[in-house]
Amino acid sequence: MTRKRIGLYAGLAGLLLVSPAVLNAYWVDVLNNVGLYAILALSLNIILGHAGLFHMGHAAFYAVGAYTTAILNTSFNIPVLWLLPISGMMAGLFALLVARPIIHLRGDYLLIVTIGFVEIVRIALINNIFGITGGSNGIFGIDRPMIFGFKIRRPHEFFYLIWFFLAVTVYLFHRLENSRFGRALNFLREDDVAAEGSGINTTHYKLVAFVLGAIWAGMVGTIYAAKMTIIAPESFNFWESVVMFMIVLLGGSGSIRGVILGAFLVIGLPEIFRGLDSLSAFLNQTFAVVGLNVDFKNFAQARMLVFGAAMVIMMIFRTQGLLPQLPRTYPLHKLKAGRGAK
Amino acid sequence: MEFFIQQLTNGLAVGGIYALIALGYTMVYGVLKLINFAHGDLFTIGAYLGLTLLTALGLTDRMGPFGVVLTLAVMVMGLVALVGIILERAAYRPLRQSHRLSAVVSALGASIFFQNAVMLIYGARYQVYPHNILPKMAVSLMGLDIPLIRILILLTSVVMMVMLYLFIQRTRVGTAIRAVAIDQGAAKLMGINVDRVIMIVFIIGPALGGAAGLMVGLYYGQINFTMGWIYGLKAFTAAILGGIGNIPGAMVGGILLGVIEALGAAYISIAWKDAIAFFVLIIILIVRPTGLLGERVAEKV
Repeated sequence: MTRKRIGLYAGLAGLLLVSPAVLNAYWVDVLNNVGLYAILALSLNIILGHAGLFHMGHAAFYAVGAYTTAILNTSFNIPVLWLLPISGMMAGLFALLVARPIIHLRGDYLLIVTIGFVEIVRIALINNIFGITGGSNGIFGIDRPMIFGFKIRRPHEFFYLIWFFLAVTVYLFHRLENSRFGRALNFLREDDVAAEGSGINTTHYKLVAFVLGAIWAGMVGTIYAAKMTIIAPESFNFWESVVMFMIVLLGGSGSIRGVILGAFLVIGLPEIFRGLDSLSAFLNQTFAVVGLNVDFKNFAQARMLVFGAAMVIMMIFRTQGLLPQLPRTYPLHKLKAGRGAK
Repeated sequence: MEFFIQQLTNGLAVGGIYALIALGYTMVYGVLKLINFAHGDLFTIGAYLGLTLLTALGLTDRMGPFGVVLTLAVMVMGLVALVGIILERAAYRPLRQSHRLSAVVSALGASIFFQNAVMLIYGARYQVYPHNILPKMAVSLMGLDIPLIRILILLTSVVMMVMLYLFIQRTRVGTAIRAVAIDQGAAKLMGINVDRVIMIVFIIGPALGGAAGLMVGLYYGQINFTMGWIYGLKAFTAAILGGIGNIPGAMVGGILLGVIEALGAAYISIAWKDAIAFFVLIIILIVRPTGLLGERVAEKV
């Protein structure tokens, strides 16, 4: 990493760190959502970006984590942050159970099965499975997180919790990418058979990728539950999975900085459109000239339309995502004398 | 027994609709190896166009009920096919050489675009089809009254599927489509215009999807801009159930899925109705990943 790039990242991080001081609660909350989705997308990135498994059911793992937290917190009054690892474990266990029989499926088949899983989970939650999920109303009255006797309540306070979690995630996942495990995942993404031939237990690695991604999504579920204090099945529908999928692929699959940028664009950009009301008047007139009587009451209504078109255009002109994964490099100065370079 | 027959015929009608949509998925998948996520929204567009044409043209006053539906179907199919061609040109053709996931994202983007376009034009509320188009008749079959519309839907979809099957199997263009599905490069070398074949696929698929949209409007009487998602997902499930890329497979899969769903909702639990399709899908993929009629393809090394 060049010094210039480190400077850029440090600058951006600093800017982000002071941003709650100048932004109002609404925009801080938007930033919180960006942070949550960035973590979710990073966890999906392990499965989709690194292992190359078409997984469009990540919301199911997220839901398991959030519901574990909600149920244990409201029934047994366990503090929310203590539930972070437990929710992660539950989501991981769930991933292990559902992924084991389908892990051998390839490409589009895996995609459609994972879509099926997320729908089944949502329907199960609506139908109040085991009588503990509260049906379509969901669960309410979840506690706020407490850190050393300080209760995190306002968006400004959540901002630091979420972005701290994101920073930890980025650090750990960055280490993971450059580890033996990360290289193995990339190998089996590029060529499944060659990886198997080189002694990589592909099934094992794919499963571990799934479980790891699920654990992280489950932990994000905990934070989400604590932030909202109320969760309902509709928060974990198929669309949520699609959003995470889009973040990874638009940003650049396999690339941490790309995924974070993707989260800013996919979650943040529509919110910016929301503010542009003057555009709606202009669009009304334009369409009226053509003869179409479309009413853009405010531009917010049309933002998803623009967004969909932007996705298509983006894929045509920059297929690999905005900031794709960089090729692996091996710093020469790390080579010990007498090894390799002779 | 009567309850069973009623559910069965309902399932067959819904299955016919699924099969029509599934054909669009399976044909596109066959030639492009792409899940056309926007296909469900083409189906929605078909339903809305049908409603618009019905109310705008006032056809009901001029012809009999069947003439109306026939004219409407032809117009809707033509218009949706046009949308399909534009979709292929704008969103898929530029991506033909790139990674498959990019095309999937492009398809998702197109789906979001269509869905929101429909919402902006028609509004987010449910729209109601006029309910006096087809006479509310029931056909007496072995002492049971079965609504005429169910039989009509099933018959129409079966006729369309048979026509499609004959077209694919017996005509020159159909042979070209099959050739492109097997090997695009070799097809090109044999002098087949691959671009044109793909365009034809994007005429047939959306046209059938549009017809299915019209059927749903006539059958259930109300349509919504988001309905394309769930119908699309189930139809895609149906396509996989029968073996994706396989045209008779999509027909069998669609009808089977409709029947399983209707009977499951009736005898197991109506609350789990939407999940049944996915349970079936998961079981099929674990037990027989190539679908019911899909042939085993040797894995490429």
